[in-house]
Amino acid sequence: MTALVIAEHDNSDLKNVTGVVLAAAQKLNVDAIDILVAGSDCARCADQAAKYPSIRKVLHADSPAYEHSLCENIALLAADLGKDYSHILAAHTTDGKNFMPRVAALLDVGQISDLIDVLDESSFKRPFYAGNAIATVQSLDTIKVLTVRGTAFDAVALSNSEAVPIEKTDLNYDTGLSSFVKEDLVKQDRPELTAADVIISGGRGMQSGDNFKLLEAVADKLGAAIGASRAAVDAGFVPNDMQVGQTGKVVAPNLYIAVGISGAIQHLAGMKDSKVIVAINKDEDAPIFQVADYGLVADLFDVIPELEQKL
Amino acid sequence: MKLMVPVKRVIDYNVKVRVKSDHSDVDLANVKMALNPFCEIAVEEALRLKESGAAEEVVVISVGRSVCQEQLRTALAMGADRAILVEADLEPDPLGVAKALMAVHQKEEFDLAFFGKQGIDGDHSQTGQMFAALAGLPQGTFAYKVELIDGRVQVVREIDGGLQTVALSLPAVVTVDLRLNEPRYASLPNIMKAKKKPMEIIPAADLQLNLEPRVKTLRVEPPVERSAGVRVGDVDELLDKLRSEAKVI
Ligand SMILES: Cc1cc2nc3c(=O)[nH]c(=O)nc-3n(C[C@H](O)[C@H](O)[C@H](O)COP(=O)(O)OP(=O)(O)OC[C@H]3O[C@@H](n4cnc5c(N)ncnc54)[C@H](O)[C@@H]3O)c2cc1C
Ligand SMILES: Nc1ncnc2c1ncn2[C@@H]1O[C@H](COP(=O)(O)O)[C@@H](O)[C@H]1O
Repeated sequence: MTALVIAEHDNSDLKNVTGVVLAAAQKLNVDAIDILVAGSDCARCADQAAKYPSIRKVLHADSPAYEHSLCENIALLAADLGKDYSHILAAHTTDGKNFMPRVAALLDVGQISDLIDVLDESSFKRPFYAGNAIATVQSLDTIKVLTVRGTAFDAVALSNSEAVPIEKTDLNYDTGLSSFVKEDLVKQDRPELTAADVIISGGRGMQSGDNFKLLEAVADKLGAAIGASRAAVDAGFVPNDMQVGQTGKVVAPNLYIAVGISGAIQHLAGMKDSKVIVAINKDEDAPIFQVADYGLVADLFDVIPELEQKL
Repeated sequence: MKLMVPVKRVIDYNVKVRVKSDHSDVDLANVKMALNPFCEIAVEEALRLKESGAAEEVVVISVGRSVCQEQLRTALAMGADRAILVEADLEPDPLGVAKALMAVHQKEEFDLAFFGKQGIDGDHSQTGQMFAALAGLPQGTFAYKVELIDGRVQVVREIDGGLQTVALSLPAVVTVDLRLNEPRYASLPNIMKAKKKPMEIIPAADLQLNLEPRVKTLRVEPPVERSAGVRVGDVDELLDKLRSEAKVI
């Protein structure tokens, strides 16, 4: 049995989540793990991947067709290379969610999404119903296509040991069905939400995007990332990539501070695995208090500036 | 253009599910069921495209048990033109659903399909992508904005770092995210009218597909529940707890 891990990267650096997927792959107890780095001018990422401990080799596919991770092309490549493996794994990020089901369909196998634990080579745990139930599932397929929750395993770190071989593949799939137009990425000077130790999130109670400055001041002092509820994103206070929840990002920091967030199940689905949860809300009956380790019933406009000052 | 909208019957999003005491599954007995919220958004987007004059027909399709007709009727009441139920005793896995939809597509030849980005029951987020791969079509997942431009469909996608725009040749598949639109409510007269709209029922067995599940559920457990902690009186007490008790700052 061998596993293929599909790396996530931006053509210049590997994303940390690749190490998380690798950690899940290691729990499979397979004979060998290879990593696929597909992109355009991404040799640097392939070099980085070759530094992961305990892998066999890196497969490097370089073509303009793979530049923006266009799923139609990447899926054909991953299915072609992946047909020789027992397991194909990628992150359950918007990228992995985009191309992996295509890989599974091309190989005529099912997919297990968002797994949080590996029990053996064919059994896994995954949350469903917005995390209100955890299923133990078994794949009956010969090739297991899996996407891994980014907070569920400790990322394998790149080592200083000798690099494994990098095998270049010249498979070039370009369907021409889709083309990249543009990307509006949010510039963040703060830690990435999914990797942050501390997160402070604002909800509808923040009342405006401008008021998020209050949270920024606290975040500066704590080195925290800033998140939001869907209501705050829908109201246009902050961009979509800040949404935490069932349909946003799943986070599990050491400290999660929810400010002006009621605690709907869809929001809890994205943050209830945080180690310590603090809720600040003026409604003492807000459901968020049912999951909070420390609850402060107060007006956020009084206590957030005070908190910032006293940190 | 002919639009296809696959819709799923799921638990109402306000209901908190409970796990059955024998750990075989979640308990759906006497639970309120509804149209998957993402599917409502998909129906709405298709209706708007039709109302703009760019499309002629909106066909909603469900794969599952006979009771799914309720949700198909809801979609018809929103304004869809006709419905198809691929009737199966059990709801297949996403791959099985995609194959059943593929069989319908081969007959109907849709120009554009709107899927929900995920079912809020299984949280798979697979079916639209699988259908697109089987049909050899391009896809725009997690759509935030959809526009027809020069015979192509341009999709602004919600991705982890922000927004990405792709252009797809037609036919194409779009899976919709929450902010794409605000779905309409069905008015009473439209609910009445929907009762007379055509609903075709295709027994899954007639499609001669292998829809056997590939993934077996061995056990279902409730998540580890967090218990409510303590209330603190003020900011000083909060900071004290975070520093000396929780030791997280
Ligand atoms: C299919 C689906 C998917 C969804 N996915 C997500 C998701 O991924 N993430 C998500 O977050 N939501 C999601 N939602 C939405 C979710 O159901 C809730 O509507 C949303 O989380 C509510 O956001 P909120 O808590 O900010 O707003 P509200 O529920 O309106 O709560 C605002 C809170 O702020 C408090 N408040 C107001 N003013 C103050 C003040 N001055 N000081 C202190 N407190 C104050 C209020 O007491 C209240 O508790 C989803 C919904 C659906 C149907
Ligand atoms: N049984 C089904 N019948 C019709 N459409 C479905 C079915 N299951 C999933 N879909 C479609 O696929 C989307 C994603 O579902 P899922 O892959 O289960 O998360 C849904 O929003 C529907 O548009």
